[in-house]
Amino acid sequence: MSLSLKELRRRPGRFGVATVILTLIAILLMFLGGLLDGLTAGNTGAIRAQQADLIVYSSTSQDSLVRSRIEPEQEKQVAAVEGVSGVGELGSVQLGARIDGKGPRDLVPVVLFGYQAASEGLPEPPTRPGEAWADATLKAEGVEQGDTVRVGPARSTIKVLGFVDDTRYAGQSTLWASLRTWRMVQNENRPDARVTPGISQALVVQSSPDASGLAGRIDEATDGFTSSLTESEAIDALPGVAAQESVFNQIIGLTVLIAIIVVALFFALITVERIGLYGVLKALGAGSGRLFAGVLLQAVIVTAIACAIGALAALALDAVVPAGSIPFTATGARLVDSTVFLLVAALIGCAFSLRRVLRVDPAQAIGGGQ
Amino acid sequence: MSDTRTDESRSGDYGGSGPDSTPALEMEAIRKVYEVADEEVVALDHADLTLAPDEIVALIGPSGSGKTTLCSIAGGILSPTEGKVVVGGKDISGYSSKELTGFRRDSVGFVFQTVNLIPFLTARENLLVVDEIGSRDRKRANERADQLLEELGLEDRAGNLPSQLSGGQKQRVAIGRALMNEPALVLFDEPTSSLDSKLGDQMVRLIREEMKSRGTAAIIVTHDDRITGYADRTVHITDGRLEA
Repeated sequence: MSLSLKELRRRPGRFGVATVILTLIAILLMFLGGLLDGLTAGNTGAIRAQQADLIVYSSTSQDSLVRSRIEPEQEKQVAAVEGVSGVGELGSVQLGARIDGKGPRDLVPVVLFGYQAASEGLPEPPTRPGEAWADATLKAEGVEQGDTVRVGPARSTIKVLGFVDDTRYAGQSTLWASLRTWRMVQNENRPDARVTPGISQALVVQSSPDASGLAGRIDEATDGFTSSLTESEAIDALPGVAAQESVFNQIIGLTVLIAIIVVALFFALITVERIGLYGVLKALGAGSGRLFAGVLLQAVIVTAIACAIGALAALALDAVVPAGSIPFTATGARLVDSTVFLLVAALIGCAFSLRRVLRVDPAQAIGGGQ
Repeated sequence: MSDTRTDESRSGDYGGSGPDSTPALEMEAIRKVYEVADEEVVALDHADLTLAPDEIVALIGPSGSGKTTLCSIAGGILSPTEGKVVVGGKDISGYSSKELTGFRRDSVGFVFQTVNLIPFLTARENLLVVDEIGSRDRKRANERADQLLEELGLEDRAGNLPSQLSGGQKQRVAIGRALMNEPALVLFDEPTSSLDSKLGDQMVRLIREEMKSRGTAAIIVTHDDRITGYADRTVHITDGRLEA
């Protein structure tokens, strides 16, 4: 083992090319993963912030918040279902926001939510009309605590009380107001789709523990009027999220495949170069297993170095990217996953050299091997 | 992997001083046949060879005569097609390739024609490789490596890489490596072929000194007739047959 470590230390040049290529692959992989996580976070923050056990849409909405409409009667039916411990109304309207210091046509797309139930992700709804919590990404647009933004064609004024993190929706910043404020803004700006008290777009349901099969029972209680989804189902139902994830995962998979090929080619070359050395070592009594373990160890170390550099680059990028610009976020889980993928790729890549190591004949070390 | 019989015989028979009656090598009726393109090529034919515990035998023959095959069989690199091989009291004729690997690691030493030191290891580390692939007794291996380097006049060169050593020095490192595992038998494959006549002469004298002082047997494969003067016995091989 220490033979392969000594070779790495004393002949770093021999592994330089592989290290550089694997580092670039690691950076690419972690960058892709970070973009996916950033995009997903920007699309799903508002749903995740609810920390709901179930989200209830109307069944005709195709599980879309903007198309969904819940009547007071259904809300009562849902609240009465056994196992439901809390129901909060949720409404949203997507508008352009005018921010002080920006030109009159320089609109920032925002989603204004009206909500009833606070969660770990959201403070209590503002009590006074015309007030809202703002997503922290609005800071990048120049919004500060206490500022007033004007939303929609009616220029409804919203005063920003403070900021909340990770509550973006469909790639847009959000404002979190009371249901009353939401209805006011909706009715001022979308007179064709007025909402009256009691009407909401979705219900955020908290359940008591061991309430199994609750979604089905809720939909039964409303006579099929509602469609109840778990939080992760609601996230998958967001337009584009699943497609985005699938596209990115395919690119990530392809990148891992390229890593396997790079490791396979590189260590196959190194193994060919070492056939003489392996012959001598086998003649001296080294087993194939030990020699191959040395190859694996070198591949793992080279890959680990590449991943460490890639992870540092991803963290550095995450630190310098201003909120609300590139949707990039470096999460520990993503960096660990990428490292594990590449390490597995390195092991698989090395396996292509195994046969060559096994076939080395110690007899070739002695004479011409007559 | 480890072969306990090996350790017993090594420390029992050859670790101490004084000759022992167990022969270092007994080859009886060895036959080795290669199949080359559906044709049988007989490399060794009924070869018999016995080496006393500290005997040095020069094996001389033209190329293709079977001397490398004989050496490889005695060293556990190849298995004979027929016949019996006993090295240091151990019958290795029926060993599996895994058992032969362990046997080579623990019981024989090789000095290859092309020296074949590991280029990125120092002289001392080239000796310690034997311990690394074998028993892993670090302390004992360090002591033995230092002792061998001193005996071979290489103590000043211990930290040098092979590229910083002369041909003769490399050859001496290779001899040190072959002696690291305290073998019953050392096989030299054309040890003088890459040296000029003066160095070659020195080398063979050194080999004789090292082998005799340890009571270790050796086979020296060579084309070089000058070597025969330093050997206890010369064996000629022609077309796979041995002639004393």
